[in-house]
Amino acid sequence: MDRFGDEDGVTAPEDEIFSAVTTALEPYRKEGTRIAASTDISQDLNLDSVAVLDLLMELEEKFDVSIPLNLVPEIRTVGELADTVRRLKEG
Amino acid sequence: MGLFDQFQDLMRSHAAVKAVGADPFGVTMERVVSPTEAIVEGRPTILVGTNNYLGLTFEPSCVAAATEALETQGTGTTGSRIANGSYGGHAGLEEALARFYGKRSAMVFTTGYQANLGIISTIAGAKDYLIIDADSHASIYDACKMTSATVIRFKHNDAADLDKRLQRLAGTDGNKIIVVEGIYSMLGDQAPLAEMAAIKRKHGAYLVVDEAHSMGVLGDKGRGLAEVAGVEDDVDFVVGTFSKSLGAIGGFCVSDHPEFDVLRVRCRPYMFTASLPPSIVASVTAALAVIERRPELRTKLWANVNTLYDGLKRHGLLLGPQKGPVVAVHLPTPELAVQAWQALLQSGVYVNLALPPATPNGASLLRCSVCAAHSRHQLERVIDTITEVAYQIGVLSEPARAAG
Repeated sequence: MDRFGDEDGVTAPEDEIFSAVTTALEPYRKEGTRIAASTDISQDLNLDSVAVLDLLMELEEKFDVSIPLNLVPEIRTVGELADTVRRLKEG
Repeated sequence: MGLFDQFQDLMRSHAAVKAVGADPFGVTMERVVSPTEAIVEGRPTILVGTNNYLGLTFEPSCVAAATEALETQGTGTTGSRIANGSYGGHAGLEEALARFYGKRSAMVFTTGYQANLGIISTIAGAKDYLIIDADSHASIYDACKMTSATVIRFKHNDAADLDKRLQRLAGTDGNKIIVVEGIYSMLGDQAPLAEMAAIKRKHGAYLVVDEAHSMGVLGDKGRGLAEVAGVEDDVDFVVGTFSKSLGAIGGFCVSDHPEFDVLRVRCRPYMFTASLPPSIVASVTAALAVIERRPELRTKLWANVNTLYDGLKRHGLLLGPQKGPVVAVHLPTPELAVQAWQALLQSGVYVNLALPPATPNGASLLRCSVCAAHSRHQLERVIDTITEVAYQIGVLSEPARAAG
């Protein structure tokens, strides 16, 4: 299993976007866990809804994209967040 | 899982706050005796958390107009304007508002919350974009949830970020609607509206400005931030409230758009709720006339703002970034803010407690709102009491206190 893989076998591309997302989430990682594509952003991390929005701003800045607020409820996992940024980046 | 299990965390944190003393989110004013005084827990209390910026809640001409309307037109309209019809007062108030703003049309809502909800959710179509300030009021966020439009947030008060967001949308179909506030309710800072209006023009966007906290407060005529910034013609929709400077309840929108009135048969928060009672419509109409007739109230308000802001700053307290009728005192933690708020109430000073997540950047705030009717003596007592409490809880240290 690679660094970004998870127990379900879902593997996000090991790209700059995925690692930027995991880096941005690092401060919210619960002790003794690791951040994987399947990590649930609201349940597996120490992150409330306001912090999530701040985090999105940080990623928007880094990748020069706007993440519509309407998409946020659909983003559950770290992998999905990376996918969303990637999709918006590719236009 | 029980229906209310989802609120467990909230109930725990609220219980923890209440365990320390009075409930900051459930204060009962036993008797309000003036725009600046009430009896709370049996004690005379100075009110510094009312948004009653011009102190018009007891203004004799407003009380008289409301009393007469109550006696001659009854207590309520018992229905919506599309079903039960408008009273003459509703139309009269709309004409007065349009005249006050120099705009073609005005529409009155039952609350300020519904005004934002109604206007924003209705004007934004499914293919459109709402570009909102990240620190927008809950009513703006809730309006966004009611639309099928794409909702994009820009960094608070950051004109360059707004420009960038619009730039990214260049070439897309759909209208771009920017939503900002004149004065932000938590920290009291103002939008850089002249820059934002220029960006609006550059991108061919629309601009909605919520002047809830700035109407009656900013501008020679009291029309708000757009008047001060000299960009009233660039603002497509001004939204506002009657529950702050105008001392009652209700909301409104004014616009020059020639087809504005179609909203009356499309805007659900306007259509499917009972209209304002005649007494409120009468007092608001009278209060609007007072704002026009007595600019000295604004002068007094700003003199009071200077007294409170400068007084608290001199003592070394950390305040919001911009001087205005909302004076926010930063405290280091929510716990200290609760403690300070309760100590202030015990000492006869009522301010608003504002805690995360309702505040920007996780701030814990004692939010003061200044009133034109505050006396110098009252404000000095407020400054002394806040400073004393800040000293007691260790937020201000001895040297800073001595410097005051």
